[in-house]
Amino acid sequence: MQDNSRGSSFYKRVIEATPGGEALSLCLQCGTCGGSCPSGPDMDATPRRLFAMIAANMEDEVLGCNTPWYCVSCYYCTVRCPQEIPVTDLMYTLKRMAIARGRYHKDAHVTFSSNFVDLVEKNGRSFELGVMTRTMLASHPIASALKASGYGLSMMQKGRVSLTPEHIENMPQLTAILDEAKHIASQKE
Amino acid sequence: MSPANDHYAYYPGCSIRSTSKAYEQSTMKVVESLGMTFQEVEDWNCCGATEYFSINSLPAYSLVARNLSLAAEQGASDLVAPCSACFLNLHKTDKYMGKYKDLNEDVNQALAAGNLGYEPGSLQIRHLLDVIVEDIGFDTIAEKTEKPLWGLRVAPYYGCLIVRPDSKYNPEYPTHLDELLRVLGATVVDFPLKTHCCGGHMTQISDETAYELIRRLLHNADEYQADAIATICPMCQMNLDVFQPQVNRMFKTDFDIPILYFTQLMGLAFGISEKELGFGSEVVSANAALKKIADEAPEKAKKARRDKKALPMPESLP
Amino acid sequence: MTEEKVGVYVCHCGHNIAGTVDVEDVAEWAAGMPNVAISRDYKFMCSSLGQELVEEDVKEYGLTRIVVAACSPHMHEPTFRRACERAGLNPYLFEMANIREHASWVHTDDINAATEKAKAIVGGSIRRVMELEPLEPFIAEINEPTLVVGGGIAGINTALEIANAGHPVYMVEREPSIGGHMAQLDKTFPTLDCSACILTPKMFDVGNHPNITLMTYSEVEQVDGYVGNFTVRVRKKARKIITDLCTGCGDCWSRCPAKVVDDVYEAGLGYRTAIYRPFPQAVPKYPVIDVDTCIYYEKGTCKACQKFCPTDAIDFDQEDEIVVLNVGNIVLATGYKLFDARKVPQYGYGRLANVFTSMEFERMVNASGPTGGKVLLRDGVTEPQTVGIIHCVGSRDRSYNQYCSNTCCMAALKFAHLVKERTGAEIYNFYIDIRTPSKNYEEFYHRILEEGAHLIRGRAAEVTDAARLPGEEGKLIIQAEDTLIGKQRRIPVDMVVLMAAMEPYDDAVEVSHRFGIGCSEAGFFTEKHPKLDPVATMTDGVFIAGACAGPKDIPESVEQGAAAAARVLTLIGQGEIEIEPIRATIDEDRCSGCRICNNLCPYSAIEFVEDLGVSRVNPALCKGCGTCVAACPSQVIEGQHFTFDSIMAQIEGVLYDRMEDTERVTYLGSQPAEAK
Ligand SMILES: Cc1cc2nc3c(=O)[nH]c(=O)nc-3n(C[C@H](O)[C@H](O)[C@H](O)COP(=O)(O)OP(=O)(O)OC[C@H]3O[C@@H](n4cnc5c(N)ncnc54)[C@H](O)[C@@H]3O)c2cc1C
Ligand code: SF4
Ligand code: SF4
Repeated sequence: MQDNSRGSSFYKRVIEATPGGEALSLCLQCGTCGGSCPSGPDMDATPRRLFAMIAANMEDEVLGCNTPWYCVSCYYCTVRCPQEIPVTDLMYTLKRMAIARGRYHKDAHVTFSSNFVDLVEKNGRSFELGVMTRTMLASHPIASALKASGYGLSMMQKGRVSLTPEHIENMPQLTAILDEAKHIASQKE
Repeated sequence: MSPANDHYAYYPGCSIRSTSKAYEQSTMKVVESLGMTFQEVEDWNCCGATEYFSINSLPAYSLVARNLSLAAEQGASDLVAPCSACFLNLHKTDKYMGKYKDLNEDVNQALAAGNLGYEPGSLQIRHLLDVIVEDIGFDTIAEKTEKPLWGLRVAPYYGCLIVRPDSKYNPEYPTHLDELLRVLGATVVDFPLKTHCCGGHMTQISDETAYELIRRLLHNADEYQADAIATICPMCQMNLDVFQPQVNRMFKTDFDIPILYFTQLMGLAFGISEKELGFGSEVVSANAALKKIADEAPEKAKKARRDKKALPMPESLP
Repeated sequence: MTEEKVGVYVCHCGHNIAGTVDVEDVAEWAAGMPNVAISRDYKFMCSSLGQELVEEDVKEYGLTRIVVAACSPHMHEPTFRRACERAGLNPYLFEMANIREHASWVHTDDINAATEKAKAIVGGSIRRVMELEPLEPFIAEINEPTLVVGGGIAGINTALEIANAGHPVYMVEREPSIGGHMAQLDKTFPTLDCSACILTPKMFDVGNHPNITLMTYSEVEQVDGYVGNFTVRVRKKARKIITDLCTGCGDCWSRCPAKVVDDVYEAGLGYRTAIYRPFPQAVPKYPVIDVDTCIYYEKGTCKACQKFCPTDAIDFDQEDEIVVLNVGNIVLATGYKLFDARKVPQYGYGRLANVFTSMEFERMVNASGPTGGKVLLRDGVTEPQTVGIIHCVGSRDRSYNQYCSNTCCMAALKFAHLVKERTGAEIYNFYIDIRTPSKNYEEFYHRILEEGAHLIRGRAAEVTDAARLPGEEGKLIIQAEDTLIGKQRRIPVDMVVLMAAMEPYDDAVEVSHRFGIGCSEAGFFTEKHPKLDPVATMTDGVFIAGACAGPKDIPESVEQGAAAAARVLTLIGQGEIEIEPIRATIDEDRCSGCRICNNLCPYSAIEFVEDLGVSRVNPALCKGCGTCVAACPSQVIEGQHFTFDSIMAQIEGVLYDRMEDTERVTYLGSQPAEAK
């Protein structure tokens, strides 16, 4: 569905959810971002095209694209964009919006990300083994376990996998901070 | 020899304590022999990697800011991170808090719930490589070099996050790691992809995309006949090293390039033992490469005489 | 003071002011200010009807002072001063309140606030106009000679127009020869005529014109004075050549053993000797010795040139010469420099051998250039089979220059043609937008399309030598998004040409200060009015032409050169000019002789009278900037037209609505400054 207004639109929400997002209105559609992206060839739509779609308020199509999920955060687009648009940060915004609306691409590693976040919120530290096992069990337990057994095993052998999670001491403090942050964020919506 | 010491707060990051212990081991050895002391940020927490920012923005910034606050409380002037991703998150949070007033207020409100607070700009956020190159300097490193890495061909790999989106170094073609390795006696090969992506967390999303990114880097280092790739980040090391066999399988290649932390190479040159530097934990073994280190400096390639017909080549920027 | 009658006129400026400011309200409000006899609002005050309105009111109501609230005084202060004069008022009893730039245009979001602000501005002007004094303008004679700085195509045209009209011209050029960038080019778009063929005759004319004194290898060091009467100090750098003896035979440079890369004329693509003439058609024909690269100046021996000079024209001991000129007008035509493409690291210039700049490429295709006009790779042997041309390098990019360089699209299309013509190679142009908005330019673009160049809409993301796909080995790969397809593409090529931006010279800001004119942040000189007065500057008698005022192609530079000449000829024809009598004066009786003001004056207009022990302002040099007025610790320097009283009154007027009745009108002027 197209909506040409820029008022209270998707376009505006994307901008508001991104620090420095106002620069999006300056996009020249030059394609430097799409040309620079290391995973550009695998994207449904290049960042440039996504920005045109955002300006046209094509919310469902944009949030359904695999583009942000294929962003590797290399920041090439951001430093090369002639209009100084924070392209990488906009990819993060789109991921967050897609998750919030449950409208993300099938390739999205949402389970991976949310497992990661869960464990950090629980321990204050990340825990690779935990994230991986939880993610694998949630998706295709057998296939991914087989796949991972290759490198997983070699990492075990080299002593590069911790079997127990580390955690910080003042967990209540961190929890209080994160809860407050979530509270502030929810009030702004 | 080294600057006043106690101002470095040290943020290890999660990976260095699990998948990349060799990095911390070698870092500590090198730092010690350079006469620096790092004070670990007490009770630091995860920086959120890229994942947290994909889920929830303000909590992610607040998560990072807790570390900044703790480090500042310790009285440090500089906060040093050996991991590029940690460096980026710490640096970016500090910078954005300074740049965007609303964000600063919100983050500080969240911190206040844990009786903390942070004034953006109170810390210099720095990557370990930057501290070693800038604060210690090449002269001191040259003096410390007992066993030069003569004959070892090394590809200097910077990855993305210490030069982008915002740093004092050239975002496309930095040379400070090149220079450091040269001072250690290594032969530094040109590495056009030196700031290209290692794949980041792509290995968790799409093998095809991730392995292709890794393949490009290995291929490029191989083209320049590198014996090893020097890295400055646990994530880069892990992607290039642990997935190298996978890449070989997918693309029917036979890359065999050890991926070493720059601190391991520094340690070797300083005469520290391989064991103390955590060698042996790499998946692609460094043994063959280390054997190439010679007792004598390689002959300097003779300066090619200017070809009469050739057009003059512009000098690169100083 | 009660007999003074002020007329206030609030202009709508169509929608410009009236759209945001309630002009009727402002006029009504102004009517309530003391001394205001009449207050009106009117659609266009600058129209002849608007001006007549003022004139009629003066006669009918006996107005003695006028305030027009409208646009910037830069625009219309002269207009209304003339209207006052016609009505029999002294033109300096007029004050302009700028409620457009200062109120309506900057507060479009808040009508109430904009209206309040407009009132404050008008209030200030009403109180201020009461304190103004009648003044008489100075008359300055116009010295006939003109100084032209910069001998590119713009400066050459200016000089020839003025000289052909019979007036003397001094041309100062920093390089050893005139010609500028046009002398480096091969063919010129869109007609593809040979640049040298159309330029050389003009250069020759400049060199041989009886009315033109040419000073090359020279720079202006200092400028004093004002329109009609400038004193200019020129440093003629030592050429180390006695030009009266030199025949330009070339025996010297063909023997010189010091070969260096020529970064100026050959754009780095070729070599020159230490004693050199930049190019065969150079004007003047004499060489110069570059002391920085000459072996004799480094090692104390060599002098090969001297040994072989048949006329003994080489003088190693020659020194710089200072020449002082008196001129009436100055035209700056200092041109542009090419953007340093190494600053865009992703394109690899300076690292990847076969990446070239546009100016290198011009030299390459030039028959008299380093390759004799052949398109070759850096090895000097191999012809490329594929060439990529990247547009907008350093232009349209906030990290470097935000502006469009205006000429590079056309030059890039010209290159596409030349490569095709010389090599038959495949050509890929990478562009954001193709900009061809001049006569016959779009047609030229179509011709290039017809010739089969590939035009890819997408700014090149990077140039790399890291092969990834089959067919890429040994090539340079240009990676870009083809935005019309929406896909990333990698195009392997043998050669890359970077269309580098046109930038002001590094010293442009300094030069602008030296000549007392403004320049943009980037360093392009600022015109008096971008549309209506594009070759004049805010400083009377100083004009600008060509690429020094912004990126331009040759036709535009030529036009501006001629336009500047016309402006100069008008002044010469008038013979004299009125100058604003706005000057600082020192009350010598009260001057303590502290001399603080002496060195502060940016125009060196204050001299110290030793026997009286006081400072004195030379009205011919003073520009009325007010620096000394503010600095004088004894407060005894007064700026005419900007007296203490008038400024204090203006402040009071601005605050009029915010002050209590009892606080107002306390300020009646004419008391000594300390007393307040
Ligand atoms: C690659 C390229 C190709 C081009 N091709 C074409 C084309 O085909 N057709 C076309 O119409 N245009 C073309 N142009 C544009 C053209 O070069 C300019 O329009 C033209 O040269 C501008 O002339 P100018 O006299 O203003 O400046 P310039 O040619 O730059 O001349 C300025 C002169 O002033 C001198 N100078 C500078 N500072 C001082 C100082 N302080 N004191 C004394 N002297 C000083 C300089 O040495 C120089 O001689 C091209 C531009 C580029 C970059
Ligand atoms: S690089 Fe910047 S200006 Fe160009 S298309 Fe991408 S976001 Fe738009
Ligand atoms: S003229 Fe064309 S190439 Fe040059 S900056 Fe403008 S758009 Fe870019």
